Amino acid sequence: MEALVASAVGVLTAAGIYLLLRGRTFPVVLGLALLSYATNIFLFAIGRLKINQAPILSDTALGYTDPLPQALVLTAIVISFAMTAVIVVMSLRSYLESGSDHVDGAQQNKEEA
Amino acid sequence: MSLALIVMLPFIGALFPALLLRAGRNACATATFTFSLAAFILLIFQAPAVLQGETLHASWQWLPKLGLAVSFMLDGLGLLFAGLILGIGLLVIFYARFYLSKQDNMGSFYTYLLLFQGAMLGIVLSDNILLILVFWELTSLSSFLLIGYWKHLPAGRQGARMALTVTGAGGLSLIAGLMLLGHIVGSYDLSVMLQHRELIQSSPLYLPALLLILGGCFTKSAQFPFHFWLPHAMAAPTPVSAYLHSATMVKAGIFLLARLWPVLSGTPEWFYLVATTGLITMLVAAWIALFKDDLKGLLAFSTVSHLGLITLLLGLGSPMAAVAAVFHIINHATFKAALFMNAGIVDHETGTRDIKQLGGLWHLMPITATLAMVAAASMAGVPLLNGFLSKEMMLEQVAHTAWLDQPWLMAIIATLAALCSVAYSFRYIVHVFFGPQRHDYPDHPHDPPLGMWLPPAILVCLVILIGLFPQTFAGALVASSAKAVIGGALPEYHLAIWHGVTPALWMSVIALIGGLSLLAGYRKVRSAWEAGPHPDAKAMFQVWIKGLVQLAQVASHGLHNGSLQRYLAWMVGAAVVVGYGAFMNSSLSAGSRELLPAHPTAIAAWLLLILGCLLTVWLHHQRLLALIMVGVIGMVVCVGFVYLSAPDLALTQISVEVVTVILMLLALNVLPKTTPKESGFGRKGRDILLATSAGVGIATLVWAFLTRDFTTLSDYYLAESLPGGGGTNVVNVILVDFRGFDTYGEITVLGIAALLIFALLDGALHGGSAAKRLAQWLPDQARAADRHPLMLVVAARVMLPLALLVGVFIFLRGHNVPGGGFIAGLVVSVALIMQYMASGFGWAAQKIRLDYHAMIGSGVLLAGLTGIGSWLFGYPFLTSSVLHLDLPALGEIHIASAMFFDAGVFSVVVGATMLALSQLSQIGRRAEALPVNQAAMDCDPSHPLQKDPSWKP
Repeated sequence: MEALVASAVGVLTAAGIYLLLRGRTFPVVLGLALLSYATNIFLFAIGRLKINQAPILSDTALGYTDPLPQALVLTAIVISFAMTAVIVVMSLRSYLESGSDHVDGAQQNKEEA
Repeated sequence: MSLALIVMLPFIGALFPALLLRAGRNACATATFTFSLAAFILLIFQAPAVLQGETLHASWQWLPKLGLAVSFMLDGLGLLFAGLILGIGLLVIFYARFYLSKQDNMGSFYTYLLLFQGAMLGIVLSDNILLILVFWELTSLSSFLLIGYWKHLPAGRQGARMALTVTGAGGLSLIAGLMLLGHIVGSYDLSVMLQHRELIQSSPLYLPALLLILGGCFTKSAQFPFHFWLPHAMAAPTPVSAYLHSATMVKAGIFLLARLWPVLSGTPEWFYLVATTGLITMLVAAWIALFKDDLKGLLAFSTVSHLGLITLLLGLGSPMAAVAAVFHIINHATFKAALFMNAGIVDHETGTRDIKQLGGLWHLMPITATLAMVAAASMAGVPLLNGFLSKEMMLEQVAHTAWLDQPWLMAIIATLAALCSVAYSFRYIVHVFFGPQRHDYPDHPHDPPLGMWLPPAILVCLVILIGLFPQTFAGALVASSAKAVIGGALPEYHLAIWHGVTPALWMSVIALIGGLSLLAGYRKVRSAWEAGPHPDAKAMFQVWIKGLVQLAQVASHGLHNGSLQRYLAWMVGAAVVVGYGAFMNSSLSAGSRELLPAHPTAIAAWLLLILGCLLTVWLHHQRLLALIMVGVIGMVVCVGFVYLSAPDLALTQISVEVVTVILMLLALNVLPKTTPKESGFGRKGRDILLATSAGVGIATLVWAFLTRDFTTLSDYYLAESLPGGGGTNVVNVILVDFRGFDTYGEITVLGIAALLIFALLDGALHGGSAAKRLAQWLPDQARAADRHPLMLVVAARVMLPLALLVGVFIFLRGHNVPGGGFIAGLVVSVALIMQYMASGFGWAAQKIRLDYHAMIGSGVLLAGLTGIGSWLFGYPFLTSSVLHLDLPALGEIHIASAMFFDAGVFSVVVGATMLALSQLSQIGRRAEALPVNQAAMDCDPSHPLQKDPSWKP
């Protein structure tokens, strides 16, 4: 199980970074979304992996997983949603302002194209 | 207390000149004078005790962990310098009132001057070397302002910049040096440090520390080869030169040499570094001064030369030389400040400072000439004046010192320097005031008003009085300050005019006769000098600075060429290099934690995720497909959270996933649907390399910690969640209770993000090229014929109350089982968005009358008030309390105050999500330019179509 999680985080990071380095805004946004997944799982995994041990207190529970990383990741998910939303809107505005969706704006686009 | 007040008074006073400027120039000068005078009087009150050998202390802790304390100390050396700073400061303030013209902004001048004065006092009175550094930098900054006071003059700006660059660089060196010294001793208290001579000198760090400290001192005190900034700083108004460049700032380096003399001096390193620098500076600067035609240039180089003399004396390392050094500090300050003021008078009255245009002023300005003659004669070392006394002491010391194993070499060089000094001093007298009277002075020279000649006259009186009765007028001060420098018993000495026929006397005689004959043959010497090479320090400095700037440009343009791709590549690359570097240098063995078996379902989900990632990258040119793949990945992540005991995360992830995808779709509606293939083979290869190395690194890291055991502080939360927070869902209790302050910050960020989105899109809707482009936008994809399909509208409408109920349910139970404000907010948002999607934004906005801005604001407010509420009961911010109610119908109910906090979270999440999405759909609607539909759906079966009576086949 641990190997699956570790490799999944690695693949998500690699895909995220590759997309992050593209020249157009939309792939960059998708890359950021993938990186957010990777980061969230990374943080979550710091509490190690446990199955059927949710941190809900009860008399019949066999044990509890670490609740702290979960609390951190919960807010991180919401914040990364807010960040993604801001980035999407920025890319939209920049596209509308400059007529290009290149990450460096219209001018750079002409130079490099 | 009064020690701190002495330092603080100028800083407090600095507020007043600028404020009082409207009340007139006199009010402005009076305020400045009053504050300096108050500080001076306070100092005088302390003087008797200090002169009797006491050392006064005052101290407050500031940052004890860093060893930084606000501690002041007043001993003889501090008294001497503080006296010079305040005494000459008062004269300069007085003089400047008459010197500055009506066009000059007197308010800012006096403000800068007082700032500088306070900073200088801070240096000489601090007992903590970190505090000294703070004041040291302050003098560099305030002197920059003073030197560049005449902003309209390029020379002033350049001179100020050069001074700041050189002294600032020296300041950095000094910081490093003093840090090393503090590290050796283990304390930053000067009083403690001065007790550890043996420890410091035996440390291997002694030499680096010494070199760095000398770097700071030599730049500040304009020692060769850093002397070049001082002549260029002469572009400052003359009162500034008289103050900074004779008595105070340039002496700061000397002060520090003297201050650290007990622990640093006495080693061969100290002798050869300090004495040699002083000797060279003394000779070279005196020689150059002889050929300067600008009065202030001459004085500047003469200052450099005299600073070299003091440095030389301190460098000799013998107690007697230290006494001479202290004595010369007093003497030089008096005659040099007088001469600078004198040069200012000449400049002010004749309109020029060029010696070639001057001469014969003796009859035109007799007072000025008399003062100049006495002060310059003292500078030359003529007997009966104070300059003679300390110069004799210097020559006496030098005559007994062997340098490079040559007993006479140092004496010869010092005599030569003294000879040049005589020559330029008398040149100041002869070429300016004697000779034939001219008729082509730029102005009509006459003696200045009393206000301008009185301050130098007071100084000249001191020159004569100390010269005639040294023991009476300077004896006590010299003794107490020399004692502070030496740090032990004073050597046997007496300050007197006549010491008998000594080698020093012969050297003085040679210097005097030689100097006068040099001046007699000045024309020949001058032409010989002019034929030789003249390295221009300013040009060299500029070449050097230009090279540095170019280097910085190459570096920064290489890294920061304005392209986001470049920045990100560098960032990722640097992170990869640092990460791998740390990894390689650690000796990690394989982990020993027991691992979980991989269930076949988990392997299937993993395969799906990997496939999703690969497809996203593969298909990213087709944006819609790539977005769908990201959605798939999100689902797998969500399922993963369920499987790995994180139900709260799964709920949050799935609702965020829905909202994110809708948001991206809305944006993609307007954005281009495909990404052009631009990246070349090389670029792709580079990015793949960066991405895979980062991915492998992260995967290894995750693997490394997943295979190891760990300690957590979560046991506390698990134990305290129910008794302390009143809930069994530990994650939620952490969010709204234990770490409620964090959550409070996060919802604030969420609200700000939503407002940012609103502002960005609102701007695009109203005017500018964005609005124009939006109006011209054409759909690039086929549109569905039914914009508001019946099935979707009915389903969304039926689901709305249900979804709201689920939202309330999730919210209420959140404290005990998975749920809570975040998730409930997202669920409700999704339900509301469905209405927008089904019936269109315009129609839905007319029905859903929620003010999302107000929801964000009131949510943050509610959460904040809940936190503040606990103050009322005497608990810290956001302390939760639980109320147990026993209601007749409902049974026992627990109401935790955290629930109100969670309600605030809920409100912000709904408000922020909806604000962002509704604003985005506004954009879409504007782009499509469609009218708002009248009905909720395209075809409403409950209203059968009426047959048009006018229709005919």
